Amino acid sequence: MKHTALLLASAAALSVTASLAQAADSPDPIVIPTHNWSSQIVMSHIVGRMFEELGDSVEYVSSDSQTVYESIRLGDVALEVEVWEGAFGAAFNAALAKGGLHDAATHEAVTREDWWYPLWTKEACPGLPDWKALNDCAATFATAETGDKGRFLGGPVDWLKHDAEKVDALGMNFTVVNAGSAAALWAELAAAEKSKTPIVLFNWTPNFAEAVWPGEFVEFPKWEEGCDKDPAVGPIPDKVYDCGNPANGYLKIAAWDGMKEKWPAAYAALAKVTFTNAQIAEMAKLVDVDGMEPEDAAEAWMESNETVWKPWLQ
Amino acid sequence: MSGARAARPAHAAWILAGLALVLVLAKPLLPAGLVRPPDWLVLPFAGWINAVFDFLRDDLGLIHVTRAFAGAVEAALDTTANLLYGRSRWPHLGPIPWVVVAATMAMAGYALRGWRLAALTGGTFVWIAVMGQWKWAMETLSVIAVATPVAVALGLALGIMGWRWPRFERLLNPVLNLAQSLPHFAYMIPVVVFVGVGPKSGAIVTIIFSVPPMIRMTMLGLRRVAPEIIEAGQMAGANRWQVMTRVRLPAARTEILIGVNQVIMQSLAMVVLASFIGMPGLGQKLLQLLQALKIGLSFEIGITIVLLAVALDRLSKAWALHQPAHAEAGAGRIARHRLLLVWLGLVLAGFLLARAVPYFHVVERSQALSIAGPIDAVMDMLLGVVRPLTDGLRWFLITRVLIPLRDAILWLPFVGVLLALAALGWRIGGARSALVCLGFILPIALSGWWDRAMITVYTVGTAVALALLIGLPLGIWAAGRETRAKAVLLACDTFQTFPSFIYLIPVVMLFGVNDVAVVAAVVVFAAVPLVRYTVEGLRNVPPETVEAAEMSGATRRQLLWSVRLPLALPTLMVGLNQSVMFALFMVIIAAFIGTQDLGQEMQRALSATDVGKGLVLGLAVAFMGLMVDHLLMRWSAARRAVLQG
Repeated sequence: MKHTALLLASAAALSVTASLAQAADSPDPIVIPTHNWSSQIVMSHIVGRMFEELGDSVEYVSSDSQTVYESIRLGDVALEVEVWEGAFGAAFNAALAKGGLHDAATHEAVTREDWWYPLWTKEACPGLPDWKALNDCAATFATAETGDKGRFLGGPVDWLKHDAEKVDALGMNFTVVNAGSAAALWAELAAAEKSKTPIVLFNWTPNFAEAVWPGEFVEFPKWEEGCDKDPAVGPIPDKVYDCGNPANGYLKIAAWDGMKEKWPAAYAALAKVTFTNAQIAEMAKLVDVDGMEPEDAAEAWMESNETVWKPWLQ
Repeated sequence: MSGARAARPAHAAWILAGLALVLVLAKPLLPAGLVRPPDWLVLPFAGWINAVFDFLRDDLGLIHVTRAFAGAVEAALDTTANLLYGRSRWPHLGPIPWVVVAATMAMAGYALRGWRLAALTGGTFVWIAVMGQWKWAMETLSVIAVATPVAVALGLALGIMGWRWPRFERLLNPVLNLAQSLPHFAYMIPVVVFVGVGPKSGAIVTIIFSVPPMIRMTMLGLRRVAPEIIEAGQMAGANRWQVMTRVRLPAARTEILIGVNQVIMQSLAMVVLASFIGMPGLGQKLLQLLQALKIGLSFEIGITIVLLAVALDRLSKAWALHQPAHAEAGAGRIARHRLLLVWLGLVLAGFLLARAVPYFHVVERSQALSIAGPIDAVMDMLLGVVRPLTDGLRWFLITRVLIPLRDAILWLPFVGVLLALAALGWRIGGARSALVCLGFILPIALSGWWDRAMITVYTVGTAVALALLIGLPLGIWAAGRETRAKAVLLACDTFQTFPSFIYLIPVVMLFGVNDVAVVAAVVVFAAVPLVRYTVEGLRNVPPETVEAAEMSGATRRQLLWSVRLPLALPTLMVGLNQSVMFALFMVIIAAFIGTQDLGQEMQRALSATDVGKGLVLGLAVAFMGLMVDHLLMRWSAARRAVLQG
């Protein structure tokens, strides 16, 4: 009996503190980091607007997408709305191990990063998207500097993709040439479009490029856990990386550990946030294709999608 | 005696060169240790530097000092951010309406020079506002407004110390040389480690980058002050502090203000690069737009950066040349402060106008004008016209020139290269220069980055050679007539201040991601100083000499080849030197196209915030630059001595 009373009392006390905390978001601004691609900026502004609806003040800082996890850990910024498994998984996990930030929510959207081609390429190499068919028409992708081998245009080396290992493991007749930036990838793709030159390059989804240049990913042997470490996994018995990248990587939201106490209402809303691939592509399109400013795009998206985000504030 | 002396160095140089040639020819027979530095010879410089940095940061607690300094910078940044673009920070007054800022800049131009400068400075700010770039530009300027005064104060203090204590100057000079030839990215990594990312890091990296010319100009200015002026001050009973603040510094005013001008120009050059570590504003926006391949819009921002640079350059130069006016005694208070009153009136009118019409307070992006459409169309057309021509050129350059050249340079045994450079040094400046060359090149071999360094050498070498082929004839042609010279020099200014990142995109669209694109991007940059110094060199040939040659019946061709070019050669060498420096800076930035040289590793070091690696790579680039600088300057000095002697 005594026990139950104590339990009840503590439950009551808990609910009181909880509701008190609900009302008491700190007046300090919630600092949201933005990076140099548009869907992330738009999404950051959408989340920021949601916080403002709750009565919080919000500030945006631009920062590097790799070093941002260190800033979240230290509480310099409060959250990160786009944690890509492929691109930032390593930095995120490293920060997670050090402590100070946590995985607050996972988007419904899945991410994929792999070899990709625009649709006009298919005319020159009809067997696509199969990787063996791609390999058979390697000569179509040959250039002056790769000789008779096909040229694959990879992302910057600091993205740490294992394209050269993949070429080696699958015995492909390709040479990997690394572009120095995403802009260089798009510039070459745009130039190839003018003359409908076949091209195969590194790309990812969700991304504005899908809206501008329709295309498909190359289908490599399916990713299996351990394919990058254990030679036995995958079709080639004595090679690692004999597979494609995961076709359904996660897209998470990371938050500073202190956020829950400092802005409980905002945190509760953040934990409910989840966007789909289509929604993210729409955000990117508003900016990159329709030419809106990220702030305006966030506003426009929220106006036409109230049914999506309003429930998250409840 | 002197004959024997002159013969001996030449002898030694030939022996060294011969040895180098033997080593190169005998490469297949050489042991592996002479072809590439063996593993035991490669020193872990990066590890040592990281250990020193860790010690400084954690054990010595330097991080607290830097964070405190960064805190002070941040407080200042908050204030300018509030005033210029209304960030919600103390003093909660901003943003100042754009009409007020534009009117103020125009007044400053008018007061210092006159109507034309007023139109330039005011017009620049009107352009920024109506193009809807106000907030971005103010974000940039809010950082520059903090960084510049700090850099000027720091430069002044260090410059005075260097002037006062020759021993300190001896220490300072090599540091300044190194700092001015270190690629920008190398500075940025330590700043990220000590300060973090964000506007404050942008400000601090800008300060570090812009302070060296201020130090140099302060020392130069103080040294040039005539002793009579100092004596006059001392006779008037001034103490040491008074002599410094009331006599020496005002007398060195022009040099010091040129230093200020340099600080401003360097800060603007840093706008785009500093955004890699969190500087907000135009640079950030530019990278974001390029990421989405919006060439027209990024061009607009490029134009803004050029306009800002030109306006602030002219304004600060006008300030440097403007002699302080002393009102006539007895003039009324109103007459004395006429300009001030006009300005106050304009400011008041601006505030009222902004209150009445919101457009004059802030131009929303939706109200902004844009010329991105036409720019994109023109760019498309140009690419369409030029691209068919480049296909053949690209194939030829890659298979016939670049790949063979690159393979050849990578084939050379490193001892052969070392000896050849020593021979070159000896030929130009004797044993000392030979040692200097070895001192610069040997650490690169020992750092273990030999192959990548050679690829950088190959890119820079090819680019500078091509830039010579373009720049020299262009410069000679431009120097032929005064109007042409002016137009070409203006184009040089524009190309130099235009953010180099924008060049990268059209170049990739023309040539694709390969060495041709990289070399082409570097050529654009490397040609600018060559053209500039060719024009300057030819224009400054004494007219009497030219006249004398004409009278003795020289043809135009003879005049150019036998009189004007030889006389302009020392200046041309300065241009070549600058060209190599520019190429070395640009080749690092060209890593964003895609390279396999030091720049690519530098990019990796930046994203992994590896201080040691970044500095080793940066120093490797700086050493190459300094070696070329030493050789060309020695040669040019010797040549000048011959001309004058």
